Amino acid sequence: MSKKILIVFQDDHDILVGAKKLKEMGVKVSNVWSPFPIHGIDPVIGLPRTRMSMCAFLYGATGTTLALLMFWYMMIHDWHIDIGGKPSFALYKNLPAFIPVTFESTVLCAAHGMVITFLLRSKILPGVTASNPDPRTTDDRFIMQVIVKDSDNESAIVSAMKSSGAIEVR
Amino acid sequence: MNYTFPQKNKNLTFILMAIGVITIIAGFLMNPHRTWSALLINNFYFLAIGLCGTFFVAVNYIAQAGWAVGFKRVPEAMGSYIMFGMLGMILIFLFGHHDLYHWTHAELYDKKNPEYDEIIAGKHGFLNIPFYVVRLIAYFCIWVGFTYWFRQESLKEDIDGGVNHYHKCIKIGAIFIILFGVTSSTSAWDFLMSVDAHWFSTLFGWYTFAGLFVSGLATMCLLILYLKSKGYLENVNENHLHDVGKFMFAFSIFWTYLWFSQFMLIWYANLPEEVTYFKARWDHYRLLFWVNFFINFIFPFLVLMTRDAKRKRQVLVIAGTAILMGHWIDVYLMVMPGTVGLDWNGFNIIEFGVLAGYAGLFLFVVQTSLSKAPTVAKNHPLLPESLAHHI
Repeated sequence: MSKKILIVFQDDHDILVGAKKLKEMGVKVSNVWSPFPIHGIDPVIGLPRTRMSMCAFLYGATGTTLALLMFWYMMIHDWHIDIGGKPSFALYKNLPAFIPVTFESTVLCAAHGMVITFLLRSKILPGVTASNPDPRTTDDRFIMQVIVKDSDNESAIVSAMKSSGAIEVR
Repeated sequence: MNYTFPQKNKNLTFILMAIGVITIIAGFLMNPHRTWSALLINNFYFLAIGLCGTFFVAVNYIAQAGWAVGFKRVPEAMGSYIMFGMLGMILIFLFGHHDLYHWTHAELYDKKNPEYDEIIAGKHGFLNIPFYVVRLIAYFCIWVGFTYWFRQESLKEDIDGGVNHYHKCIKIGAIFIILFGVTSSTSAWDFLMSVDAHWFSTLFGWYTFAGLFVSGLATMCLLILYLKSKGYLENVNENHLHDVGKFMFAFSIFWTYLWFSQFMLIWYANLPEEVTYFKARWDHYRLLFWVNFFINFIFPFLVLMTRDAKRKRQVLVIAGTAILMGHWIDVYLMVMPGTVGLDWNGFNIIEFGVLAGYAGLFLFVVQTSLSKAPTVAKNHPLLPESLAHHI
């Protein structure tokens, strides 16, 4: 059997020191709640690289495609629009006029897609109960959740955390 | 530790300079008009790279940015070339203005002369030889003066330490940025836009500046990588290169933004006096027009997009070289259609010979400057921040 304990810190530097100690002891950190991103903690607690940038590229490409499709249908296929006194009935010939809006659409889709993905992935959509164990982590406390297995020495972990600045263990 | 300028590199730069001198002499005997154009293109191209060095130093001072301090001597060394670039610009104007700049012909301003040109005569208040020479001297004094000032403060800081030189440099940087904001635009009109004196574009100065900055950043990146491969700048790691890569990526897009804004407005409005510029490029230089767009936008955009790419030496070398080639073509397209014009039928050996000569001079000046001061500005107050830089 294993159980989860929560370790509360007062400072982002302390929690980084604590996480490094746990890594040396071979204990698994399962989650960290913090009011702001802590620089350098990702590799210590074994967090994989985010795939958000890949998502952003795909959302952006979707936005570009949608915008061009819209222009092709509205301004070329359905009704020819005379652009700058030089009517030409092909998308690629009128392309410069469409670029600004295509760019805006790319940015819009990429930005909104990323925000919605982030909300879904972190399970913090409106109406969803937060999984945050302690509301103080939205203010000035840093909490680390540790999985303690039966083979681990729990009292050694607790004392190591206290010595690196933990103010509370539960 | 100072950079030691290896004899092998010295010989190489001398060979390049010799190629340049031979090409210029042969070019003046065979095709003087083309040679003047080649001189203007290459002289401006390397002057722009030099200006990026001083501009980068000034921007880092006024932004109080610390990450770039570890390789600060590289943009400083690039700035030391400005003097030679400006001297070249003055010589080119003094001896080549008749060939390069149509507006310098006196008969255009004489109402009785059949050659009288109303449009160019209307610009006489700005485009006249005395005022042009005054501007050239002003650029020389401002750019060379501030570069020298930054350099002296930086060298004194190596000896004295403390924060006084740093605070002084922030003030110098603020003044330089204001002056450079004006002179970068006006110099672009003078050196390049006045080649097509009938045509004008309000965006031209910023467009030239964007090209200037991104080609300078690519040069800086390649110089850092070269110095690292020789064992210098050991404190510069992939985190710093990542940021240099971000700069190259971002300013490639910025260049495209301005290039396209200038193109689209002229294409859309379709006014005869404006479209002549792009008509000449589209009808006679179409391949280069597309190469310019692909190599300066699509290629760096796709290659430098991911995080891993910006941290890899090989990728940065490929992207930096492509950007440098692309912006040489960009400057080429700004000048050639206005001077050689419709007679153009492909590249000429003259352009590449002169390019080799200027590259030799530039590399000689930069390496000499690097060898004169320690490669790390050891007393800069933000050096610890640069050493701890981590992203």
